[in-house]
Amino acid sequence: MPFFTSRGCILSDPTHDLVCSDLMKDFDGFRAVDHVSFEVPKGSFFSILGPSGCGKTTLLRMIAGFQSPTTGDLLIKGKSMIGVPPNKRPVSMVFQHLALFPTMSIGDNVGFGLRQRGVARADIARRVDEVLDRVGLPGVSTRRIDQLSGGQKQRVAIARCMILEPDVLLLDEPLGALDLKLREHMKVELKSLQAAFDTTFVYITHDQSEALVMSDNIAVMNQGRFEQVGAPHEVYHNPQTAFVAGFVGDANKIDAKVSAVNGTRLTLTSSAGTEMKVEETGSSLMVGQAVQVFLRPEAIELSKSKDGIEDELNVSRCTVNAVLFNGSNSSVMVRDKAGSLFSVALPQTGSLADLREGDEVFTCWRPQKARCYPAPEV
Amino acid sequence: MRSDASKLGFYLLLAPIVLWLLVLIILPHVGLFIVSISEKIGPRIYETGFGNYATFFGEPLYWRTFARTAIMSILATALTLILGFPIAYYIAKLTRGRTKTTLFLMCMIPFWVSELVRTFGWMILLRETGVISTTLQIIGVISGPIELLYNDAAIMVGLVYTSILFMVVPLVTTLDSLDDSLIEAGYDLGGTTTSILREIVIPHAMPGIVSGCIVVFMLSLGNYLTPILLGGKDSLWFTGMIYNQFITRFNWELGSALGFLLLALSSAIVFLGLKLSKQSLSNTMGRA
Amino acid sequence: MIPTIPQPRFTKWCYRAYVTAFFVYLALPLTVVCVFAFNDSVFPSPPWEGFTLAWFFGTEAPYIGVFHERSILRAIGTSAFVALWVSGLAVAVGTCNAFLFVRHEFRGKALLYMLMLLPLIIPGVILGISILVFSSAIANTLEDATGLWFDGLRPGLPLVILGQFSFITTFATLVITARLQKFDPSLEEAALNLGATKLGTIRQITLPFLMPAILASAVVSVLMSFENFNTTLMLVGSDSPLTITMFDKLKQGSTPVLNAVSLLLIVISAVLGLFSLFFPQSKS
Repeated sequence: MPFFTSRGCILSDPTHDLVCSDLMKDFDGFRAVDHVSFEVPKGSFFSILGPSGCGKTTLLRMIAGFQSPTTGDLLIKGKSMIGVPPNKRPVSMVFQHLALFPTMSIGDNVGFGLRQRGVARADIARRVDEVLDRVGLPGVSTRRIDQLSGGQKQRVAIARCMILEPDVLLLDEPLGALDLKLREHMKVELKSLQAAFDTTFVYITHDQSEALVMSDNIAVMNQGRFEQVGAPHEVYHNPQTAFVAGFVGDANKIDAKVSAVNGTRLTLTSSAGTEMKVEETGSSLMVGQAVQVFLRPEAIELSKSKDGIEDELNVSRCTVNAVLFNGSNSSVMVRDKAGSLFSVALPQTGSLADLREGDEVFTCWRPQKARCYPAPEV
Repeated sequence: MRSDASKLGFYLLLAPIVLWLLVLIILPHVGLFIVSISEKIGPRIYETGFGNYATFFGEPLYWRTFARTAIMSILATALTLILGFPIAYYIAKLTRGRTKTTLFLMCMIPFWVSELVRTFGWMILLRETGVISTTLQIIGVISGPIELLYNDAAIMVGLVYTSILFMVVPLVTTLDSLDDSLIEAGYDLGGTTTSILREIVIPHAMPGIVSGCIVVFMLSLGNYLTPILLGGKDSLWFTGMIYNQFITRFNWELGSALGFLLLALSSAIVFLGLKLSKQSLSNTMGRA
Repeated sequence: MIPTIPQPRFTKWCYRAYVTAFFVYLALPLTVVCVFAFNDSVFPSPPWEGFTLAWFFGTEAPYIGVFHERSILRAIGTSAFVALWVSGLAVAVGTCNAFLFVRHEFRGKALLYMLMLLPLIIPGVILGISILVFSSAIANTLEDATGLWFDGLRPGLPLVILGQFSFITTFATLVITARLQKFDPSLEEAALNLGATKLGTIRQITLPFLMPAILASAVVSVLMSFENFNTTLMLVGSDSPLTITMFDKLKQGSTPVLNAVSLLLIVISAVLGLFSLFFPQSKS
C-alpha cells in the first residue's frame, strides 16, 4: 500500500516498520513535538537522541499510544495507528523504570501479555521459558522481581515485550537508572539482543554514547524538531547544525566573525581576536556574519615545537593550563595568547605524556576539521 | 556518672507509657475478664465460673444479636470497600495537585465532625417528616409520608457513612504509590481495564484494602450511636446490649462477659485479616 | 484508568457522575443539619418556615437559642474542660513515648510498641466498661479497707478524662514519633558541640522542631475528645460533656437548638481539622 511522507514522495517500500509523517503535539500553548517525520527500516536500531525536555518522550508515547498527536500520521507496518488504543497496537514498550509488576513473579510478568490474549496456560509457560532462555535468564520464572539485579531486570523487561513478538519495540531510556559499569555492559547486550530478535528497536536517550554505540540510525532532537537523522558516524563527523555539533561528542566552541570568503575557504576572526582558516563546502556565509565554530578535541594536534607544521594549518602558541588524566581519554586544557581555553585530546603515547602545567606547546588543526555555522540570533 | 544519668532519663521516659498501658489498658481488661467469670450467688457473694458465658450461649437473643452485629458489620465493610474504592482510585490516579487536595479534604471534613452530628443529619433526612420523605411527596413519587428510619437499611447507610473515610484514606495512600507506568505497561502488553484492575491495581492496593477493612469492621462492630439512633430501640446491636447490662440492668458480670466476647471477635478478625494479608499490626495501624 | 489511556466518553462521564453522587452523599447530612438551624419552626424538619437566628440568640421559649440554653452551655464547658485535660496529658505522654521509641533501644521495644497500638483496635465501648469495672473494683476495695469514699473512681469527669486519654494518647504518640523520626540527630550533635547542655539542646533544638507535630496532635486530641461518644458514655457521671447531653436531648425529641449546636461544632471542627493538617506543613 503506498503512503505519503511530509516530503510528498510516495513510499511503496514495505521495508519500513514505522513511519511518522508530519507528527505534531501541542500541550496548551506549548509545542512538544513539531512537524516530525521519519521512517525506521525493518529490523534496525533507531535512536532518538536529545536533551531532556526536547519532546522525545512525548514522541515515543505517541508511538505507544499514550498520547495522541495533534496532527500528523503514524504508521506501523503500513497501517495507521491514529485512534488505536495502546493495548491494540503491535508495539511494546520498555519503560524508563521498567515497570515490572512487583506483585507478580518473573514468569507471571513475562506471561502477562499472553494471558491477556487468552493463550492456553501450558503454552504460556513454555513460551515464557523460551523467551527467558533467549535473554539468558533460564529457570528464573518462579522468582520474585526484587531478587534480580538491575541488568537482569532489564532483560526481563525486554523478554516481557518480546514474547508478544511486537513489530516495534520502544525503549524509554531504560539504562538511565543503572550505574556506569553496568550501563556500558548493557549497551553491548541490548545491541546483541536486538540483532538476535531481529526486531525494530526505537530507543530514546539523552546519553549520546548510548545512541552512538547501539544505533543503526540516530535522530538528534531539539525543541520538538529533528535536527538531523543519520548513521552514528555521519552525525558525529558531519553534524548539520550547530546544535548537533555541540550536543553529540565533545567540541570546543568558538564565537567568531567571517572576515573573508574565498571559495570554500573562510577566514574567521574569533571574538578574542585570533585569526583562523576554515574549509566549509556549500555554506552561504558572508563577510561580517557572526558564526560559531566547533572543533573536536581529537582534531587538534599538539607539538612542542613549530618545526615541520604545514602553513596550511591553523597554529597557535599556548600554555598548558591543566592536564586531565583519564586513561585513554586524557585531555589537556590549553590557553592561547588571546586567553581562550581549548580542550585537546592527549594521547598517552609518545613524547607528550610528560606534559605539565605551565609548559609551552603549539596547537595545530586542519581547516577541514572544524565545522562552522551561522550564530543563532539572540 | 553519665550513664547513670541517661539510665535515669530512660526510666523517666519509660514510666508514663508503662503506667498508661498497665493501669488503663492491661489491668482493666484483666479485671473485665475476672468479673466476666464471676457469678453472683447472693448479695456481694461471687463464685468463679463460666456461667455468664453459658447464659450468652443459652439465650438466643444474645447470640443472635451477636451474630447479627457481626454479619451486618461484615456487610457494611464490604459495601464501604465497593463504594470507597472507585473514589479512592479517582482521587489517587485521576486527579492532580490542587484538585486532589481539595477532594481529599472534602472527604475528611465530615469526619472531623462528631459522629452524633452526622447521625443527627441522617435522622433529619430519613425520618417520616424528614427531607427525603417530604421531597418525594412534593415531586409526587409517593402519596403519603414514609418512614425511612428505624430499619436495617438506615443502619447500613449510617455505618457506611461513618466509616467510609477510614477506607478511602488508606486506599488513596496505597494507590498513590502505584506507579502510573505499571498501568501503562499493562495496557501496552494488551491488558484491558478489567484485567489490569484484577492483576495489577488490586494486588498492589491489597495492604490498603486490608487495613481499611479491618478498621471499618471494628468501627462498625463497636458502633453504638448509629444503630441506636438510626435503627431505633429494637435495633439489636451488641454494644447496645452491653450498655443495657451495665447501665440499665446493672448486671456487670453478664455485661463483662458480653464485652469480652465482642473484644474476642474483633481481635480475631483483626488477627485473621493481618495473617491473611501477611501484614503486621505496626504496618497497618501505624499509618493511620 | 489514568489520563494517558484513552477511555470511551460514556465511561468517563459515568465515573464522574458517581464521584459527584458520592460527594453529595458525604455533604448531604451536614448540609441539612446546618440549613435547619435557621428554620423558624420548633422541629428540625420540612417545611421551611422562614429564616431565623432565634436558635442561636433567642431568649423566649420555645425559641431559646444556644447561647442562652444553660444545659448546653454547661455541657460545652464540661467538654472543653475534659478536652483540655485529655489533650495536655496525651501530648505530654505522647512526646515522652516518641523519645522513648525513637531514641532508645531496649528489650521488649517491639512488644511495647505493639501494646501501644492496642487501644486502636479495642472498641470504645469495651475500653469504657473495662475502665469502669476496674476503677469500681479498686474503689470498692479501698472503701472496704478504709471506710472512706473514693468518688474520683466512680463514674464522673476524672474517669471520662482517663478513658479518653487511654486511646487518644496512641494517636498523639504516632504523630509525634513520625516527626521525631525525621529529625536529623546531627543538629543535636552540632548544638552539643557548640557547648549547649543536653537539656538545653532538647529545649532549643529538638522541641522547636517537634512543635508543629505537638500542636497538631494537641488539636487532633481536642477534636477527638470533643466528639468522643462510646467511651465517654460508659464513664460519664452527673456532669455530661456535649455529645452525651446532645444524645439525651436527641432521644427526647430534637429541636433546632441541636442543629444550631451542630452547626457550631461543624465549623469549629472543620477549622481545627484544617489547622491540624496545614500547620505542620507550613512550618516544614
